[in-house]
Amino acid sequence: MKDQKFSSLLKKATESRLFLPILALAIILLFDALFIPNFFAIQVRNGDLYGRIIDIARNASTVMVLSLGMTLVIATGGIDLSVGAVMAIAASVAAIMMNPVIIGLELPPDLMKFINDPNFTYSPLWEVILVTLVVATICGVWNGLLVAYMRIQAMVATLILMIAGRGIAQLITNGVRIQIFYKPYAFIGQGWVLLPFSLYIVLFLYIITWLLTRKTAIGMFIESVGINARASFFSGINEKRIKMLVYTFCGFCAGVAGLIASSNIKTSDANNIGDTIELDAILSVVIGGTSMAGGRFSLLASLIGAIVMQAITTSMYALGVPAFALKAIKGLVVVFVILLYSEPIRVFIRKLTSRKEVRS
Amino acid sequence: MESTPDNNYLIEMTGISKAFPGVQALDNVDFNLKYGEVHALMGGNGAGKSTLIKVLTGVEKPDRGRIILFGQETVIRSPMHAQELGISTVYQEINLCPNLSVAENILIGRQPMKHGRVDWKETNSQASEILQRILDINIDVTRLLGSYSVAIQQMVAIARALEIESAKVLILDEPTSSLSKNEVDQLFSVMRKLRSEGVGIIFITHFIDQVYVISDRITVIRNGKLIGCDETATLPKMDLITKMIGRTLTALDDMSKIKAETATKIQDKKVLEAKDLGRVESVNPMDLDLHAGEVLGLAGLVGSGRSETAGLIFGLESPDSGTLQISGKNVKRFSPANSITNGIALTPEDRKAAGIIDDLTVRENIILALQAGQGWFKHLNIQKQNKIADEFIEMLEISTPTAEQLVKNLSGGNQQKVILARWLAIDPQVLILDEPTRGIDVGTKAEIQKMVLSLADQGKAVIFISSELEEVMRTSHRIAVLIEKSKVAEFSGDVDEKVLLETMAGSGT
Repeated sequence: MKDQKFSSLLKKATESRLFLPILALAIILLFDALFIPNFFAIQVRNGDLYGRIIDIARNASTVMVLSLGMTLVIATGGIDLSVGAVMAIAASVAAIMMNPVIIGLELPPDLMKFINDPNFTYSPLWEVILVTLVVATICGVWNGLLVAYMRIQAMVATLILMIAGRGIAQLITNGVRIQIFYKPYAFIGQGWVLLPFSLYIVLFLYIITWLLTRKTAIGMFIESVGINARASFFSGINEKRIKMLVYTFCGFCAGVAGLIASSNIKTSDANNIGDTIELDAILSVVIGGTSMAGGRFSLLASLIGAIVMQAITTSMYALGVPAFALKAIKGLVVVFVILLYSEPIRVFIRKLTSRKEVRS
Repeated sequence: MESTPDNNYLIEMTGISKAFPGVQALDNVDFNLKYGEVHALMGGNGAGKSTLIKVLTGVEKPDRGRIILFGQETVIRSPMHAQELGISTVYQEINLCPNLSVAENILIGRQPMKHGRVDWKETNSQASEILQRILDINIDVTRLLGSYSVAIQQMVAIARALEIESAKVLILDEPTSSLSKNEVDQLFSVMRKLRSEGVGIIFITHFIDQVYVISDRITVIRNGKLIGCDETATLPKMDLITKMIGRTLTALDDMSKIKAETATKIQDKKVLEAKDLGRVESVNPMDLDLHAGEVLGLAGLVGSGRSETAGLIFGLESPDSGTLQISGKNVKRFSPANSITNGIALTPEDRKAAGIIDDLTVRENIILALQAGQGWFKHLNIQKQNKIADEFIEMLEISTPTAEQLVKNLSGGNQQKVILARWLAIDPQVLILDEPTRGIDVGTKAEIQKMVLSLADQGKAVIFISSELEEVMRTSHRIAVLIEKSKVAEFSGDVDEKVLLETMAGSGT
C-alpha cells in the first residue's frame, strides 16, 4: 500500500515539468559534493551568508533575469538574440547618467572634483534606473515591431540588434569604458541583505512575471500562439500584440540584467557585458523544458535551468579548470545535461518508474 | 511477378492490441487484406481505425499481436520500413510539404539526377506525366503545393503514394473527404485499375455510399474492438450503420420533422445583412441575409468560394467592397477578435491547422475564444473555466477522460466538438459551421446535424457549409448556391436535389 503510494508519487514527480531541471541540478551538485571539498560550506559574516552555493545563485542572477523574458519569447515560438547587446546598451546608459564627464560634457567646476567620489552621481539613482529600463524596453519594442508587425523571422530580426546593439552602446559612451564610482549603484549587484541583493531582484521579477502570465489570460495566450498561431488567430487572439508584449518584456528584463552586470563590474564595458549571455539564457530555457518550437512554458523551470548553467561554470572553476578550457568543458557538460531531455532517455526514465509500479 | 501465396492474403493481422495513456485504442483486433481487393475499414470516431493503420505502417508499435505480411511474420519497424515493404499510405491529414512545388512533393527523394544535380526539367515533366496518367489531372507542377486547394493537394498525395514503386498495399485514409464528385469518380477508377493489377487497398471513409460503390469487403471496429468482417454484397446498409454505432439510427429520420418545426420559428429579425460584400480574388460582391432562428446552407463545388464567404463575414480578411450589418449595426473593423464582440462564430474547415490548439487541454481549448473576447486581464478563474468546460463536455457528449486531457489525444470528431464548444461558449448570434462533419462518423454526424437545428430553435442564426449536398439539404431552411466565387441562386423550403445539383454545376440557368 505504502509502496503503491510511493510509486504513484514517483510517477507524478517524473511527469512534472520541474523534474528534469532539478535532476540535472542534482547530478551536478552531487558531482561537486563528491569531488570538491567544502563545496557546500556556508559562512556567516556580519550576519550575511557567504559560500560557493550562494555564489552560484548570485552569479546566475543575470541569466535568471534574462531567462524570464526569454521563456516567454521562446514560448511564442520566437527567440531573442539581442539580450546581451541590450544589456550593454543599458550599462552604457546607466554609466553615462552617473558619470557624464567622459563625453566632454562640461560639469561645473565645483562638481568636477567630486567625480571620483563614491557618493557622487550626476543624476539621482532612481532616474538612472528608470531611464535605463525605459531605453532597454524600447529596444524590446523595436524587436517586437520587427517580429510581430514586419513579420521578420525572430532570429533574423533580433540578430540586427545583437550586432548593432554593441555599436550603439559604444556610441553612447563615445567609445570609452566609463567607470562607475557611485557606491549605492554597486549595491544592486554586490549588496547583501542576508543573501545577495540581486537574488531579491530575481525573486521580485519572477513573482511579477508569474502574476502577469498566470493570473491573467496572457500565459495561456502566449502558449496558444506558440502552439498554433493560425488557430489562435481564428480564436480571436491578437497574435501580434502578444508577440509585441513578450519582446518588449524581454527587452525590459535585459535592462534589469544590464543594471546588475554593470553594477557588478562597476563599469560600462560595451564589448564584454553580456557577451554570449543570450546563449546561456536560451539554454536555461531549454533546460527548463520549454520547446524551442514554442508552446508550454514554466518560469520556475527556466530559473532552475539558469542555476544549472551557472553551477556548471562555478564547478569548473572550483575544480581548477583553466579559464581558456572552460568553454570546451562547459560545452561537454551541457551536452550531457541536454541528453537527459532526449526522447530515448525520457522513455528509459519512464520505463524505470513504471516498472516499479508494476512490481508493487 | 509476385508469386501469390496459397492463402491469398497480403496481410494478416491477428490479436493486435495497443494502449495509450487512458485509452485502450485497440483490443485484440484481427484484420486481413487479400490480393486485389478493396477492403473498407469502418468505425466511428475514436474507434481505432487510425491506430490500426498506424500499427500497420510502423508509426506505432503494437503492445501485442502478430502481423503476417506476404505470408511471412514481419515486424514493421518504421514508416520508412513499411514503405520498403510495399505499404503506401495517404493519411487523413495531408502529409506533404506545402512550401515545395508539386513536382518536388511527388518525386521527393527519387528525383532524377543529371551530373550529380537534380534534373529539374525531367523532374517536372515526370511529375506532370504521373499526374496525367494516374489521376488524369493537368496542373502546373512547378507551383507550390500550398497554393492549390485541399482537393488538389489530396490528389497529389495519392499520386505520390501510388508512384512509390512496387506498392502492393495502398492505404487510403479518408481520401475523399475534400474531393468533388468528379474527383471521387476519378479516384475510384484508379482504385479499380490498381485492384485489377493485384494491389490490395485499405479504404477508410465515413461516406457509406462510397463504400458500397467501391469495396469488396468491410471490416467494422468500434471502441477498439473488432465487430465483424463481411462481404460488402451481403451486408445491408442499415446493418452496417448499426454495427458502426452500436444502436439503430433513428436520429436521421427525425430530421425533416424537426426542420419543419424549427422553420415556423424563424424570426423576421435580420441578424446578418451583407450588401455587395466582396473582396478581390476571394469573393465576388454578394448580398446575403440571415434571420434569427434560421439555418442557411451554402452549397457549391470545391473552390466555389464557400469558405471564403465565411471567412469574410467572420473577418479573417477585410472586404474591399460592400457592407456587413450585424443586428442592424455596421461592422467597421473586420477581425476574429471583433467578431467575438459582435457575436459571430466560425468553426473552420481545416480543424487541425486552424481549429484545435493541440498541446492545450480540452478545458483551455473550450474557453479560448471566450477568454480572447474578454481580453488579457479579465481572467476567467479556474472554477469558472472548469464549470464551462464540464458543461460543454456533457452537453456535446465529448468523450474525454477529463477536461485536463490534451486535446491532441482526442479523436477527430471529439476535437470538432471541442471547437464547437469553444464557439458556443461565447453565446454567438451567428454561427458559421464550415464542414463541421468532415471526417466524422455517422452517429456523431447525425448528432451535429440535430444540434444545428436545435441551436436555430434557440434563436441562433446558422450558416452551414458542407460538401455533402444531402447534409446541406437536410439541415438548411434556405440554401444559397455559389459558383466560382459568386452567389448565383437561393432556394427556400424543400428543394429538389436534381435542381440543386444542376444549379451548382452551372447549367440550371
